[in-house]
Amino acid sequence: MSSLPQAPGGQGPTNSAAQQPDGALPQARPESFATRLRDSALSSNTLWIFLALVAIIVVFSILKPSAFLSSYDIKTIFINAAVALILSVGMTFVIITAGIDLSVGSILVMSGVIAVKVMIAVAGGASASGNAGWGPILVGIVAGLGVGLGWGVINGVIISMLRVPPLIVTLGTFGIALGLSDVLTGGVDIGGVPTKFSSAVGSGSVGPIPTMVLIAAVVTIAAGLLLHTTRFGRYTYAIGSNDEAARRAGINVNLHLIKVYALSGLLSGLGGLLSLAYFTTTTISGHETDNLTAISAVVIGGTSLFGGVGAMFGTVIGVFIPVVLASGLVIVGLQSFWQEVMIGAILIAAVYFDQVRRRARSRP
Amino acid sequence: MVNAEGVAPIIEARGIIKGYGHVQALQSADFTAYPGEVVALIGDNGAGKSTLTKIISGVIKPDAGELLFEGRPVEMSSPLAAQKLGIETVFQDLALAPDLDGAANVYLGREMLKAGLLGKLGVLDKQGMKTAATGAFVDLGVAIRDASASVVNLSGGQRQGVAVARAASWATKVIIMDEPTAALGVVQTENVLNVIRRVRDRGLTVVLISHNMPDVLKVADRIEVLRLGRRVATFAVKDASIELLVGAMTGALDQERAA
Ligand SMILES: Nc1ncnc2c1ncn2[C@@H]1O[C@H](COP(=O)(O)OP(=O)(O)OP(=O)(O)O)[C@@H](O)[C@H]1O
Ligand SMILES: [Mg+2]
Repeated sequence: MSSLPQAPGGQGPTNSAAQQPDGALPQARPESFATRLRDSALSSNTLWIFLALVAIIVVFSILKPSAFLSSYDIKTIFINAAVALILSVGMTFVIITAGIDLSVGSILVMSGVIAVKVMIAVAGGASASGNAGWGPILVGIVAGLGVGLGWGVINGVIISMLRVPPLIVTLGTFGIALGLSDVLTGGVDIGGVPTKFSSAVGSGSVGPIPTMVLIAAVVTIAAGLLLHTTRFGRYTYAIGSNDEAARRAGINVNLHLIKVYALSGLLSGLGGLLSLAYFTTTTISGHETDNLTAISAVVIGGTSLFGGVGAMFGTVIGVFIPVVLASGLVIVGLQSFWQEVMIGAILIAAVYFDQVRRRARSRP
Repeated sequence: MVNAEGVAPIIEARGIIKGYGHVQALQSADFTAYPGEVVALIGDNGAGKSTLTKIISGVIKPDAGELLFEGRPVEMSSPLAAQKLGIETVFQDLALAPDLDGAANVYLGREMLKAGLLGKLGVLDKQGMKTAATGAFVDLGVAIRDASASVVNLSGGQRQGVAVARAASWATKVIIMDEPTAALGVVQTENVLNVIRRVRDRGLTVVLISHNMPDVLKVADRIEVLRLGRRVATFAVKDASIELLVGAMTGALDQERAA
């Protein structure tokens, strides 16, 4: 028992380990990455849901090995998952703060609408924009991302500073962004997407990997590192776990929440750009349930709706389970509607297990 | 205002008023703490001790009144303002993030970052924090074997240990402890009392809130009594007895009104 750790000049508590004369301190052993990975997987529902995904893949592979594992199908599965994955990545941060973002699909739509309108305007009209160069395309990309970021900031400011519940705020902006998109377009989808953009991003590949998939993978890995290794991620968990504790620890909770919703908005904007490039048109009426898709993916992946708990790896699995199910069901000749039935059941089961886990460990 | 040795207070609260709707939690409450002393703040349930604590640590704002730190008026506009002055608090509700581990809680808001570029990118030095937090737990005699276990999975006493370790690790001037031994066993209580003494020996001021009069008499240098949102008495510990303290808390004795 030597002196207490001190914090000279805010340098952080000095590590008293070095001052222990008798070496009584149990040295914290550096754990292997595998051990930590196993522990974190076991501690959440992630491991079980990962096994479920493996089981689904195994079942379909046995039923129809040739079709299911063909590279065409794997490619389709990944492309179908790309946009949903990007939305779900943002949603993971939001739900870990104990929030929710219902506006993602509408922000996606509006970002696409603004992006293509800007591309057309900068290219000098609808007829010219098909052959537009990278200049107008880049301006459109920035505009689309800006719209997403802007909506995210609006969500975050209203939620954190005006203290309106996130469910209501994002339900409101869900309607507003979609309504404004309809107003801007008269409800009619806009084509005129520059070919350079759609062929490079929408249908292009980098080597064997489709560009969409590459972008989604890079975003997911970067966001996973942000969530699990940085201070930004730590604050995200802390706020979801106990926002008052975070506030008393000196964390600027409002600012952090604004950043988290801004991130979700920005990623929705990115999703809008990818969708625009892939379909070569806006898809105004196709995204009403994107929010629910993303929320179920996050929750199925083991992130708790009550905040404070979750993992990016789980979200990835949660995105792939429905997509793999849909592809697999079609291949084995069942109606793909069964996918919705199964996802509904899996979602309820996931939340049930989260509740059980919470009850088991909550002490008076 | 100086004490008998001619030392000026490190913290002085004057005429603090705080109401919650119809409840007057603090009605012109005063409080004084001198450098390097252990001052106990006692009073019945609802006397306003925790409210005063939160005002001094910047968590809530008073409706009226003045707060002085080292003789200068200060605006405790946020918990960060109190932190910057070297004041740390163990709150009655502990204010821990239950899903984070003990080390993360000790470092919450003041995370250790990796050296170099990674640190600039905000990457946490988790191993460094774990090692240092484990050291702090050992130093405090807090029985937490695994600094990376979620706080929610710890016992009530262990959680209290995490909160005490957090405050003791960061305080440079003052530690306020709002019933830090409430959930503790005999041995752990003795540990915390030892922590209080050691922190004091390091030159820090300790404000201890406790309902346990024998503990208060054992560890405090001075005692201030709050009753119905007002300071009613102050004692040097040599002049205090359990009877006197209880009398002051229940209203049988009111020095300040008499004076
Ligand atoms: N957030 C709040 N909202 C409404 N009333 C409050 C709030 N916080 C405290 N009070 C009231 O203020 C008064 C003082 O409360 P406080 O928690 O400061 O007492 P205390 O001295 O710490 O009591 P205890 O020994 O039980 O912890 C009580 O009457 C309490 O009901
Ligand atoms: Mg209290």
